Amino acid sequence: MIKELLQFTEKGLYCPAGNFYLDPWKPVDYAIITHAHSDHAHAGSKKYFCHTLTKPILQLRLGEGIYQATEWNQTHFINGVKVSLHPAGHIIGSSQVRVEYKGEVWVFTGDYKTEDDGISGAYECVKCNTFITESTFGLPIYKWKPQQQIYADIQNWVLQNKQQEKTSVIIAYSLGKAQRVLTALQPITDTVYVHGAIYNMQQVMDALGYKFINVKRITPETTKQELKNAIVIAPPSADGTAWMKKFTPYRVGICSGWMQVRGNQRRRNADKGFVLSDHCDWDGLVSSVKATGAEKVFVTHGFQAAFSKYLCEIGIEADEVKTQYGNEEDTAVDDKIELL
Amino acid sequence: MKAFAQLVEALSATTKTNEKITALQNYLSVAADKDKVWVIALFSGRRPKRTISSSLLKTWCSEFCNIPLWLLDECYHTVGDLSETIALLVEASDTVIDAPQEHPLHYYIEQFISLEKATEEARKIFMLQGWAQLESTTEKFVFNKLLSGSFRIGVSQQLMVNALAKVSGASPSVIAHRISGKWNPATITFNELLIDENNVADHSKPYPFYLAYPLEDAVETLGNIDEWQVEWKWDGIRGQIIKRNDHLFVWSRGEELMTDKFPEYNLFEQALPNGTVLDGEIIVAEGATPLPFALMQTRIGRKNISKKIMDNAPVSFFVYDILEYDGADWRGFPLQQRRQQLEQIVKQAGTDKMQLSPIISCLNWGELTILRQQSREHYAEGFMLKRKSSVYQTGRKRGDWWKWKIEALTIDAVLIYAQKGSGRRSNLYTDYTFAVRDAENKLVPFTKAYSGLTDKEFAQVDTFVKRNAIEKFGPVRTVKPELVFEIAFEGIAASNRHKSGVALRFPRMSRWRHDKKAAEINTLEDLKKMLEVYGK
Repeated sequence: MIKELLQFTEKGLYCPAGNFYLDPWKPVDYAIITHAHSDHAHAGSKKYFCHTLTKPILQLRLGEGIYQATEWNQTHFINGVKVSLHPAGHIIGSSQVRVEYKGEVWVFTGDYKTEDDGISGAYECVKCNTFITESTFGLPIYKWKPQQQIYADIQNWVLQNKQQEKTSVIIAYSLGKAQRVLTALQPITDTVYVHGAIYNMQQVMDALGYKFINVKRITPETTKQELKNAIVIAPPSADGTAWMKKFTPYRVGICSGWMQVRGNQRRRNADKGFVLSDHCDWDGLVSSVKATGAEKVFVTHGFQAAFSKYLCEIGIEADEVKTQYGNEEDTAVDDKIELL
Repeated sequence: MKAFAQLVEALSATTKTNEKITALQNYLSVAADKDKVWVIALFSGRRPKRTISSSLLKTWCSEFCNIPLWLLDECYHTVGDLSETIALLVEASDTVIDAPQEHPLHYYIEQFISLEKATEEARKIFMLQGWAQLESTTEKFVFNKLLSGSFRIGVSQQLMVNALAKVSGASPSVIAHRISGKWNPATITFNELLIDENNVADHSKPYPFYLAYPLEDAVETLGNIDEWQVEWKWDGIRGQIIKRNDHLFVWSRGEELMTDKFPEYNLFEQALPNGTVLDGEIIVAEGATPLPFALMQTRIGRKNISKKIMDNAPVSFFVYDILEYDGADWRGFPLQQRRQQLEQIVKQAGTDKMQLSPIISCLNWGELTILRQQSREHYAEGFMLKRKSSVYQTGRKRGDWWKWKIEALTIDAVLIYAQKGSGRRSNLYTDYTFAVRDAENKLVPFTKAYSGLTDKEFAQVDTFVKRNAIEKFGPVRTVKPELVFEIAFEGIAASNRHKSGVALRFPRMSRWRHDKKAAEINTLEDLKKMLEVYGK
């Protein structure tokens, strides 16, 4: 019987030859973590292996434990299996995992995006035999505009709100999106008010040496006067809660790839949707798959059935795989950080 | 088209009524008259006749974007709106774009209308040109939308009326009346529609209906029962009957002219004086005795109403109110006064096809509460409570009119199929089919339901469906029969079109029964018993 280099098990992606897991959703002995979002990084494993920039975020989110960190493109051997991490461009520290054994190479993308956002490290195409890709936005309706254009849209919207004497509340996930929004706002302001979840994440970013504009944490003491006409960044879990009352009058802009479709914008009751995603769009997915030269592709979380069928039709052998990834906007995590 | 696309963007960019009105006002104050008329028409559901089918649109889009048709369908199931799907796909495709062209809104609509007689090739050329020349996704979206459907962007009739009132200076009730009824946006001018004094001449024009909210507080909070007029809440089709200039018109609440569908009412043309407008309920009934609503379904869809149909499912008009008498608008008079006039009119009409909706007198709310339990026996859904001093208002308003409905019937069922919704439910499995068990313990589908859950519950069911679906492609997912819901409905009737043999009226999910397992749901036998009790 041929043993696959990586197997899809109940606990997650498993490498039998190396006896380690990739992004397991149950506690294991040895877990390689692609990035620190809650659907990929679960607590309870004995030992974690990740990128140096991911380590402090994991510590914040999962608590103390054994964390081994590495830089990108450094070769490690785990029980004789060659392992290296490569930039995935999704969020700070996010990595693809390259696994090589007896000349066979598999790559697991975790989450990734092909456009360089200037913060997360530019996605690097890694040649392989078997490619395991996400498919969060794996339909051709998802096509992103260049980052600069979206940043300009955000800036214009904020300036317009200011003119009309409204506070701008920007909804962005605390890890990843919030840092991009701060970058987008840099040309037009030097101070932004933030929710505690984003503030805590910012402390980690500061410690890692990232330079963003000044963030002020919103506390019960923050006055309504201070927040007048201000810019606020809040995580999805805060959207629509009583916490936002203090900003009245305000407008809400949501940053997410899902905003591409009008109905999602309406469902979220947003005044404005910015199609700003940390995942590949359709073209990004298709071009990455082709560029890896992989003979076999496994498609995970997202539109896996449609994307794998399409790959088969264009002559790339592909199968879908069910995983438990894909719910990164897990509100529980934001709430937990808020308490820290 | 840019200005119209901007309007659509502005309308969807806010959830606040005042900001929507401002956006409409801004548009109406600068747009060309022809465009304004079309905007009023489009936002009140009067789109031009469809000249290109959706299957042709799909085929052309799939060629234009070089993607297989099945993938386009997958996108469509996720987006929930074909116009938007095509706009997104066209925008995302790498096709070389022509130099952008700008034409006003009415240009495109007139072109679409003229395509009715064009060859398929000419239609295709026009469509593809539009896709290639319109600049933004929103422009492409509204371009497709002009052909294929209604604009669901949160603009109610009322909202548009308010914006038009602000622009024209006329009162909202006058505007609402002027833009109601039958008018052709291709031929009428803005002036004729809204300003011209002579043009209320269209004597078929109905008044906007006054609608009631459900009573949520205890009935005693309404105060003294003597101040209220109580009627049964009849279960039929709300309608308005107009007799002007020797002609009779029958309108539904959805502003559909239905005169031809109810030949029984032809005799009102003689029986009513000119300048009369009556509000009432179109009810399947033998004179004053209502029959089950299900009979209405046997005639409502038909083009030609034969004698046999009329014998089988005869209709009466149960009159509630008088809105116009002797050519004068009576909506401003108190209900009590209108009722007196109405009683006289109905008496003079002297036909059993026209019945006064009877007033129910009770000494106190307690007595009325007991009587309400008998609603179903009277083929009514409960009571209407109307303040005797109330004027006839426009649209759904609180305060003076309330509907006090009886508790719905309920049954516990298991979810077996799911489909993604549209609009704000795009990419979410929100449209469900439910089953009960038959004698052999097999699941029999018996109803669909789309409403009644909170957004959070819908999200939970959506996750369940995505994790437990059997099919991978196409719109419908078969789901592991595990989630149990209480289905509430207003009525039940026998149906040979459904496998279960029953059809429900207004089914919705009233409760998610987390406490029940699929083995504990109701049976087909239970449904049949309900049919026996309530379905006759």
